[in-house]
Amino acid sequence: MKERELVIVGGGPAGMAAALAARAAGVRDVLLLERDQHLGGILNQCIHPGFGLHHFKEELTGPEYADRFVRLVREDPAIEVSLRSFVVKLTGARELSFLRPGALEEVKARAVILATGCRERTREMIAIPGSRPAGVFPAGLAQKMVNIEGWIPGREAVIVGSGDIGLIMARRMALEGVRVKAVVEIQKTSRGLVRNVVQCLEDFGIPLYFQHRVSMIHGRDRVEKVAVVKVDDDFKDLPGTGFEIACDTVLVSVGLIPENELLEMAGGEINRRTNTPVAPAVNLTSVPGIFACGNACKVYDLADSVTKDSELAGRLAAEYLGAAA
Amino acid sequence: MKRTMTCIECPKGCTLEIEADGARVISVSGHQCRRGDKYARQETEAPMRTLTTSVLTRGLELKMLPVRTSRPIPKDKLFEAMDAIKRLTVTSPVKAGAVVATDFLGLGVDLVACRPLEKL
Repeated sequence: MKERELVIVGGGPAGMAAALAARAAGVRDVLLLERDQHLGGILNQCIHPGFGLHHFKEELTGPEYADRFVRLVREDPAIEVSLRSFVVKLTGARELSFLRPGALEEVKARAVILATGCRERTREMIAIPGSRPAGVFPAGLAQKMVNIEGWIPGREAVIVGSGDIGLIMARRMALEGVRVKAVVEIQKTSRGLVRNVVQCLEDFGIPLYFQHRVSMIHGRDRVEKVAVVKVDDDFKDLPGTGFEIACDTVLVSVGLIPENELLEMAGGEINRRTNTPVAPAVNLTSVPGIFACGNACKVYDLADSVTKDSELAGRLAAEYLGAAA
Repeated sequence: MKRTMTCIECPKGCTLEIEADGARVISVSGHQCRRGDKYARQETEAPMRTLTTSVLTRGLELKMLPVRTSRPIPKDKLFEAMDAIKRLTVTSPVKAGAVVATDFLGLGVDLVACRPLEKL
């Protein structure tokens, strides 16, 4: 089995920052594994501005923020980037198996950084009753469809949950000519940034219903309408407050789940409620030599914060490897 | 006339208080940095937004190229801009920062590529 000094799983903002920081701290050999055909991770589909204000002191879009790191990673001959490489196995002894087109590779790492990010919570996880028609999408998936694949998922949309992805998709869909009829939030306040409520909803006259929930999705083949009801402070439906909104699309923006299946496979302890690594400090896991950073470690609001903490993960790995700066 | 608004310049989202006579700003308070003051004045006089969207490509490695306006454009021009962008197709490889359309809509701003794209 081939031996590598440091293997990083995930080539998004976390993995790239960790790779560069590990190199700066003296690590001589880095293998960066990314399952997509490009580096950049979720930044590639986050085409809106708002990135880089802390790290670069200027406002960039997601792809621009990614591109700055991609260039640095590509310039460094000691960072080997392997694209379309999907890690399927990790052991506590830091042996990794990954698939890339035409091959199953195995590698033994002296240290591993997991920068695997998050996946979205889905409709099923918040249990919206109703039929199962086409037209219900996690908001981040819809973002990928619109921004990368060039498909518009529907004509009239209702968004469930007011997290940042939902708010940003409300604006994105409105700009693309979709009638965004409502954002429905069960809590009293938005989980997203205030600036996003202002520039994504108020700018486009999209109503935001606090303390409301979608109580039913109707439709045979395609979504036809949703039922909405007001709830009290204990999230119980208030009788007589129900109304319906006709729409063909429902976007669900109800949070993210860190992806830590690899850590679990390696025997690492996982907090079952948050799906994050159980560890004494940020970027550590319960397995020596295996580190976690970015959204796999905890869900961040800002990519800039991911970069900052992931650089620390790179330095921690370097320290563990006893690399000389 | 006094009005309040939320600053959208950064994730802090300061609440700004603006005293204005129509579109003429008399005073701004509540901001924590210069960007907030500038935003409050601009937003009162003539709201501007940076437009980010994506342009169809042909023969490149991704179907859509993310783009932005090089500077903010008047908020009421956003949909006009979207209509014009929908008529564009990018067929040559680009680097991040490459100009996709110059003096877009006669607004004195360029449409700029946000990432590199190579041939398929």
